[in-house]
Amino acid sequence: MFSARAYNIDSLTVASTEDETLSRMTIVTHGSDDVIEQIIKQINKIVDVASVTDITEQRHVERELLLVKVRAANAEVREEMHRLVAVFRGRINDVTDRSFIIEVTGTGGKLDAFLAALPQTSIKETVRTGVAGVTRGRP
Amino acid sequence: MTKQYTGAQILLKALKQEKVEVVFGYPGGAVLHIYDELAKDPQGIKHILCRHEQGVAHAADGYARAAAKPGVCLVTSGPGLTNAVTGIASANMDSVPMVIISGQVPSHAIGEDAFQEVDSVGITRPCVKYNMLVKRAEDIAPAIKKAFYLATSGRPGPVLVDIPKDVSIATAPWNYPAKVELRSYQPSVKGHPMQVKRALQLLAAAKRPYVYAGGGVINADAAAELRQLVELLGCPCTNTLMGLGALPASHKQFIGMLGMHGTYEANMAMQKCDLLLAVGARFDDRVVGNPEHFAQDQRRIVHIDVDPSSISKRVAVDVPIVGDVKQVLQQLLKELKGAAGRRHLPAKKDVAAWWEQVGKWQAKDCLRYRASAKLIKPQYVIERLHKATRGRAYVTSDVGQHQMWAAQYYGFEEPRRWINSGGLGAMGFGLPAAIGAQLAQPKAQVACVTGEASIVMCIQELSTAKQYRTPIKVINLNNRYMGMVRQWQEFFHGSRYSESYMDALPDFVSLAESFGRPGGRRRRAEGGLRAQGPPGVHGFQDRRQGERLPDGRRRQGPDRDGPGRGAVGRCAASWRSASRTSPARCRGWCRCSRRGPTTSIR
Repeated sequence: MFSARAYNIDSLTVASTEDETLSRMTIVTHGSDDVIEQIIKQINKIVDVASVTDITEQRHVERELLLVKVRAANAEVREEMHRLVAVFRGRINDVTDRSFIIEVTGTGGKLDAFLAALPQTSIKETVRTGVAGVTRGRP
Repeated sequence: MTKQYTGAQILLKALKQEKVEVVFGYPGGAVLHIYDELAKDPQGIKHILCRHEQGVAHAADGYARAAAKPGVCLVTSGPGLTNAVTGIASANMDSVPMVIISGQVPSHAIGEDAFQEVDSVGITRPCVKYNMLVKRAEDIAPAIKKAFYLATSGRPGPVLVDIPKDVSIATAPWNYPAKVELRSYQPSVKGHPMQVKRALQLLAAAKRPYVYAGGGVINADAAAELRQLVELLGCPCTNTLMGLGALPASHKQFIGMLGMHGTYEANMAMQKCDLLLAVGARFDDRVVGNPEHFAQDQRRIVHIDVDPSSISKRVAVDVPIVGDVKQVLQQLLKELKGAAGRRHLPAKKDVAAWWEQVGKWQAKDCLRYRASAKLIKPQYVIERLHKATRGRAYVTSDVGQHQMWAAQYYGFEEPRRWINSGGLGAMGFGLPAAIGAQLAQPKAQVACVTGEASIVMCIQELSTAKQYRTPIKVINLNNRYMGMVRQWQEFFHGSRYSESYMDALPDFVSLAESFGRPGGRRRRAEGGLRAQGPPGVHGFQDRRQGERLPDGRRRQGPDRDGPGRGAVGRCAASWRSASRTSPARCRGWCRCSRRGPTTSIR
């Protein structure tokens, strides 16, 4: 639907839910209010879609997971990495003598900020899950 | 043990449950078992063998529209399905209920690039309402039930059911669901009472109300309700290309089709009205053009449509009413009728003043044309067709100038009579659609208005017409050009007619005759319509008549440079009677062999 109607998907996260007959997708897209309204209508029109909500219209929590493999060959760099990870409340998952795998969760903006804070030459690989979100408060 | 049926048997039983009488199709490897079952039950579902899968889909489309029930297609995997895609996409754009059964390679071979394999579900996803791959024989019955429910409910559309070959062989017990419930699909039926109330308030305040009715009225079988509403309001009404016949063309409040090829008055009223009541129409680009220009004039808009995504898609509306057009119109009528309803109606004197203005636009008589003694004007042909059939024939068309002439000049008196590929604009649609329409309405008159370029795109379906003895009439407005392409090349590309000239055309009359039809040459349109069988009535036309100039005026008078080199089609002599006793002489403008004066069909 998105490509057919020339809309863009910034990120897409899909997984099963507590109801095994349903999957839940969090789609991040952008556009004017009119475009977003039309995107919602077009998604709703898809027969298999049970419901669509624009959670950015409400108070909500959104999180994305980032895994980044960094070069960390000397003690100084390793120390710096530890400090940064602590600041961003991330975790170091895999440690070798030459590299770390760092895990950070948060909003897309926070992950961007973390990546910007890392010494750029140290980044070997990044992988991000895309955003998952849910509204706050009453179900 | 409960009785077991093969997938193919279950499929046919399910189609019968859905009261399917006719299936359009073309056999092939992946559907052989289904065809075998068809053969075992000659008294069952009637199968119409078209000559190409595009014809299959278009014929089912024409059938669905004329019969007001879903058209059913049966095609094989791979090329069978890809050939049908044009017809499926056309049905999708025009919201035509259709169920397409496509064969698929055996389950174990899917994904292995097997012979005649294509990802049918993937290919058709953007051009169907819904599609599914059936993986087990026991899933066939629920899939068919769901397919018919989806195709016909809400905004109708085509639904594809892809059945792998092994699934049509495997067995399962017969278990047909009584109804379908989908929590993710609940189309609105009744309009929201609050919205109806708001619409009534706008109607009461309107000074220049205007009704803009589209194909949704036809799909919802709401022509009677529309007419009542228009008469109560007393205001002008236009129909879109898809909505022609929703209000009878002869109705005094009907001011013609609107849009790029519509009448001056219908388009001016669209701009200058202060309340637009859009009913089952979607503000298509061929109707409103650039939405920004359209929005320059201020007007309030009430939009009734079954599809919420049609609302405020191109043009922002003030009062959307989502629901079945028929139901919503009934809700409105209930409030408007009787003494109590009068307070919701626009003031009579305002409407009278509005009509005075509309009358001035109508006085331009924008569809007027100068009849020619030398040439058969396409407008004249369509008018004669109207006379011969009293505006009540089922008329299909292909795509191009002839389509617009048919839409402008035929004057449709009833809904469902006008069958064309409005949204997709698929050339090749007319002939198979006419066959489908004739099979749906065996006693009705069915005509296909076409052009020499379009007709050859599905000309093979003459063979289908022959086989099933469908007495359709083909009126070929032949000017040897892809007329609409030529028109645009003339306006926007410095008259460089790049590849729009149709050279090396067949002799259409002989072609029709070769398919066993009695003589194709008719001097008059009505003569052709009376004849049995589908003669390839072969027209001649002035190549630039009635074209719309970019400034909205219409070209008048004969082509100044006369029928130019290579520009002329068959001479009018070929319209003369089939007796061929006194062929008219042709002046030699055209490339026909008869030398002498051309004659008109008058």
